[in-house]
Amino acid sequence: MSAYQQPNETGHFGSFGGRFVPETLMPAVIELEQAYKQASEDPEFQKEFNYYLKKYVGRETPLYFAERLTKALGGAKIYLKREDLNHTGAHKINNALGQALLTVRMGKQKVVAETGAGQHGVATATVCALLGLECIVFMGEEDIRRQKLNVFRMELLGAKVVSVSQGSGTLKDAVNEALRYWVAHVEDTHYIIGSVVGPHPFPKMVRDFQSVIGTETKQQFAEVEAGLPDAVVACIGGGSNAMGMFYPFVNASTVKLYGVEAGGSGIDTGKHAATLTEGKVGILHGTMTYLLQDQEGQVEEAHSISAGLDYPGVGPEHSHFKEIKRVNYHSITDNEALEGLKLLSRAEGIIPALESAHAIAYLEKLAPTMPADQSIVVCLSGRGDKDVEAVKDALGGEGNA
Amino acid sequence: MPKAKLDQAFEQTLSKGDKIFVPYIMAGDGGIDALPEQIKFLQEQGATAIELGIPFSDPVADGPTIQAAGLRALAEGVSLRSVLDKLTETKQDRSIPIVLMTYLNPIYSYGIEAFALSCQQAGVDGIIVPDLPLEEEGLLTPSLADYQIALIRLAALTSSNQRLKKIATQTEGFLYAVTVTGTTGERAAFADKVTIYLEQLKTMTDKPVLAGFGVSKPEQVRALSKYCDGVVVGSKIVASLHENKRAEIKPLIQATKNRSAN
Repeated sequence: MSAYQQPNETGHFGSFGGRFVPETLMPAVIELEQAYKQASEDPEFQKEFNYYLKKYVGRETPLYFAERLTKALGGAKIYLKREDLNHTGAHKINNALGQALLTVRMGKQKVVAETGAGQHGVATATVCALLGLECIVFMGEEDIRRQKLNVFRMELLGAKVVSVSQGSGTLKDAVNEALRYWVAHVEDTHYIIGSVVGPHPFPKMVRDFQSVIGTETKQQFAEVEAGLPDAVVACIGGGSNAMGMFYPFVNASTVKLYGVEAGGSGIDTGKHAATLTEGKVGILHGTMTYLLQDQEGQVEEAHSISAGLDYPGVGPEHSHFKEIKRVNYHSITDNEALEGLKLLSRAEGIIPALESAHAIAYLEKLAPTMPADQSIVVCLSGRGDKDVEAVKDALGGEGNA
Repeated sequence: MPKAKLDQAFEQTLSKGDKIFVPYIMAGDGGIDALPEQIKFLQEQGATAIELGIPFSDPVADGPTIQAAGLRALAEGVSLRSVLDKLTETKQDRSIPIVLMTYLNPIYSYGIEAFALSCQQAGVDGIIVPDLPLEEEGLLTPSLADYQIALIRLAALTSSNQRLKKIATQTEGFLYAVTVTGTTGERAAFADKVTIYLEQLKTMTDKPVLAGFGVSKPEQVRALSKYCDGVVVGSKIVASLHENKRAEIKPLIQATKNRSAN
């Protein structure tokens, strides 16, 4: 296999991706592309980014051998990439930091962002406080209800949180409003998109900023086990933690890659967020990718217990990986994710975010099918503190954990 | 020939010394069966062509008025398909050119080639796709050319000179000059640079230049029309039809007429 080189110069990953945005935004998207290209080739920018990753975010994050979980499941050895130990509790800050530094470099003082679970909103509000940028975050009203604590956290950090009541009041609608806001304020505002979605260069740029996950993992794994892991697992909403984890392994054809989508109440109920498993190709939020949509091309609402996976689209590079069969995509239901969350909490003393719990739950299916001398690395993308209340409700209150 | 029909209608209006008036309506707001009557009404009021919006779940270029109209149309079960069907069925009853405004995904879902063919059969003369910039338009242009459907390009206040030239050169039907940096919807005032921008666009193309986004008052129609060939009015028309205040529409259209009665 020749070395993987995507996207092309127009931002397409095979037949996916691109820049499907109103003309008003095109100059900003092109400016961003050029600014990012210069920054990524500038050693000073990389040095600054790495400095903050180390001293502020707390990288590198550990690659931890989950011995008790391995024993509990039987089969391959399980390693956890502890993105949950990052400042603000998830991988989201890797990207938010990179883009905020770029905002300063572009001479813009204002930032707009969308958030689903609130993790990207918190990460963005955090780096905006760090760098003295004005920050406005759009969040669906349903998500605001589900993630009250994160809303308050963003406000403490000085961000303005705007409730979005259009549509289903979740992540998709928050992205729509953030895009509308960006169209109207594009001259002095940068849009820090939270995943590997949106128009080019966002999917590539966010992937690159998140690739620190996979790059560290590769090195850390080689130090303890020598060679490469046999399988890598990550959950997928838009797909940024998965892309950050997978991308450095893309040319290592012996490493099997598994992406885990939210199966919601079950694929057959129609209430899920399994875009790659069940969707059709279309155009949303500036990119061509798999989407949950009806026969007429209307984008449907996604459903998941986890606000961070509740998105009817997916990063275009994941669509490409599906097409070239580089990644295997599966789905895990709400109930399975809850079981995964309980399993990791009890086996290892780590409460994962509901998003990451989908990846953990998939291990229960995968690990027992692999021999004990093989290894799986799972991206533990975030910690579960934000979800404790939602989990308590889902499990039926106290005494049912 | 659909494209030619659009060009002829514009020429005819301009040759009388009038300016062009293109009202936007959300297809199916009030039910798909109301559409032929709404078109007829606007034609009788003196519109040059009709821009018909196709409802979409995620209209990122639209402000609150058109978003709400789209949701009402979706609640009525209206789709690109039902609009094209209705237009085909009533094609013989109208002479005014029709331009569809639709986001890309409904077209992609319909099938690009099938869409262009259906447009021709339905008597649709041109289309406007707000989320299709120059860089991606190759997705549609071959099929649209096959069926002679005009692709109306949008220019923006933020576009560089170089982009404006390209957009102005490539446009078909007319050049849609977006007059605000933002989404559709009424505005109290326009930026000073809008007049320079419109005059500049006029020098870049032979096609009519129409100002749109934010135009809601007869004074604004008159003021903007001085610098270009006419206007597109959307949110105000949508609101007037929905709230049954049709009397508000006539003064807007009259503001583009040379021998204006008022």
